[in-house]
Amino acid sequence: MRAAVVMLLACTLVLGLAYPLAMTGAAQLAYPAKADGEARLIARPQPRDLFQPRPSATGYATDPTAFNNLGPNQRDLAAQLRKAVRAYLRRERPSTPGLTAARIPVDAVTSSASGVDPDISEANALIQARRVAKLRGLPLGRVQALVREHVSHGAVNVNDLNRAVRR
Amino acid sequence: MTAGGWLEIGLFLAILTALTPVVGGYLARVFGGEVAFLGFAERPLYRLMGVDPEHGQDWRGYARSVLIFSAGSFLLLYAILRTQGLQPGGPGAPPPNLSFNTAVSFVTNTNWQYYAGETTMTALTQMAGLAVQNFASAAVGIAVVIAVIRGLVARSGRELGVFFVDAARAILYVLLPLSLLLAAFFVTQGVAQSTHLPVASQEAIKLLGTNGGGFFNVNSAFPFENPTWLSNFVQMLAILAIPAGLTATYGRMAGNRRQGWAVFAAMLSLFVVAVAALYAAESATTPAMHAAGVVGPNMEGKEQRFGIASSALYAAVTTAASCGAVNAAMESLSGLGGAVPMAQMMTGEVIFGGVGSGLYGMLLFVLLAVFVAGLMVGRTPELLGKKIEAREIKLTVLATIAVPLVVLFSSAVAIATKHGRASISASGPQGFSETLYAYVSQGNNNGSAFAGYTGFLQPHGTNRGAVGLDLANYLGGAAMLAGRFLPIVLVLAIAGALAGKRVSPAGPGTLRTDTPTFVVMLVAVVLIVALLTFVPALLLGPVVQGLSGRLF
Repeated sequence: MRAAVVMLLACTLVLGLAYPLAMTGAAQLAYPAKADGEARLIARPQPRDLFQPRPSATGYATDPTAFNNLGPNQRDLAAQLRKAVRAYLRRERPSTPGLTAARIPVDAVTSSASGVDPDISEANALIQARRVAKLRGLPLGRVQALVREHVSHGAVNVNDLNRAVRR
Repeated sequence: MTAGGWLEIGLFLAILTALTPVVGGYLARVFGGEVAFLGFAERPLYRLMGVDPEHGQDWRGYARSVLIFSAGSFLLLYAILRTQGLQPGGPGAPPPNLSFNTAVSFVTNTNWQYYAGETTMTALTQMAGLAVQNFASAAVGIAVVIAVIRGLVARSGRELGVFFVDAARAILYVLLPLSLLLAAFFVTQGVAQSTHLPVASQEAIKLLGTNGGGFFNVNSAFPFENPTWLSNFVQMLAILAIPAGLTATYGRMAGNRRQGWAVFAAMLSLFVVAVAALYAAESATTPAMHAAGVVGPNMEGKEQRFGIASSALYAAVTTAASCGAVNAAMESLSGLGGAVPMAQMMTGEVIFGGVGSGLYGMLLFVLLAVFVAGLMVGRTPELLGKKIEAREIKLTVLATIAVPLVVLFSSAVAIATKHGRASISASGPQGFSETLYAYVSQGNNNGSAFAGYTGFLQPHGTNRGAVGLDLANYLGGAAMLAGRFLPIVLVLAIAGALAGKRVSPAGPGTLRTDTPTFVVMLVAVVLIVALLTFVPALLLGPVVQGLSGRLF
């Protein structure tokens, strides 16, 4: 009994307060920007003339975050995917004629897990590059080069890429 | 599937195998008393607790201490949750049913979460309430398995060690130092660590302790918990490092490292099959994607920075271990892809499993395998030179069927009652899968979820006016308690029965438990005993979906 009480008190003080607060102190000193949670890691709605993040079940809200939670055989998921396909084609076909549902990279129409996935696939980014170049009046080659510069592990961070495009 | 994906999986398995003897050797030295650099903190702590490290407990005393400590943990955490309304600026206190489920969940090392951390809990509750149990419940698991191994190898006496000393050493020498290192690494990767978001510190122990309870609702899919490919890879290693390492600890404490490698090999071979099946399943186009004319792998509910390979591997890792952290939506896995995590949990979480609980679960199967093999060749079954007799086998059978019974019973209640069906969000077989997954996960103390299964509603985005569903919270809580403490008491009783038994020297007729033949035998027993129980249930849910192109 006494042992359990002492153990729980010690755990709460050392593991529940001292450990996380010490980590916070150290993290804030060593990586002040990163430790607060960097905005570039969170997808947000973007203007029409910039690269668009993946579909989000929460509309990019984080209070709370949530999965889409639709299963592989759900009619609702099929309907959602169809809607996302239509939206993607409407947005990208003017700059990429001949684009079909089957050619859309899967990440562009499926919901991400976090709802705020900041990354898109390189293939998705290269399709969007045509629209961004056209709407912003930039040379396509330059936008494509920016995409390739930002690829890491098959993913392109939309926030980083858009910041580069804006410059 | 890509070559890069298979390469990542191969690299992961290679590093895990290499880490096993390192971690396991260190753990053996910690619990052999050879590591003592924190003695200055240990001695006053034991004096305050009133325990004598030299005076070992028998199995009853050890089990009693585990139960008292866990009961105290539950009461403390429940009190913290119910008084959260007193914390200024917070979302108010969660309702009693959710607080019960959550407190049980963290104390039993399950970390099942009906709630969303960011809108239900304050940072203080997460730090000083929930994360403390991440350490404590993991320490309980490690202490119990060490006591069990001591019982298996003890040549005289009935003592299994001192629970509070073992638990304290597990925290001081293993969990806390590793958490500090891991949290520091996570911060360099961009995991948040501030007053409002103490994520990295909680993330580290969430993985190392195979707890799995996320700071955020979407767990390790959220960029602030798991921002990069590398952070993800390290997370997966952190989940399995201690469960895998403990097999090597077992080998060392048994005085024959091959005993540990045999258990490791059985776990690894089951795991490899699971990973390969999951990766293949997720690489295919799902029926819903087909219907929309989309072609490609199943990226629904997955993050682009992880892709298919890192998401499939994470799903396999987290359900092999009883961790339950996720970096993708389990509910959106393909039909057969969703069957794999369920099947892994249904083995009783013995494919590496939870810290401690995975190995003592597997040791129960080792006893069963020795018994079955003994019957086949007509010899008295032996393990590590000790005769396995009627009492041990009765307890082993009880321990191996207890959890499947709890799981099947609670799933049946949940699916057959109006109150249970209120939690289901999906239509067709997916609705059954959600329910089955919920009780398989809670009963086996995993904690991952087909998260459409609902136990808590927050209409205003805070705890004010929020409602918990009674059946989901209380039945789930009961399943977690039974799934945790029945096996612990029974396995300690077995260790107590074996402690002090005479060790007979190995002869030519001895059935060896450190050979490839025995590994095959062990794998077969796990599959037959554990998995066959659940095949009908698996067929009704995920397998139907996997084999059908229909939409529901």
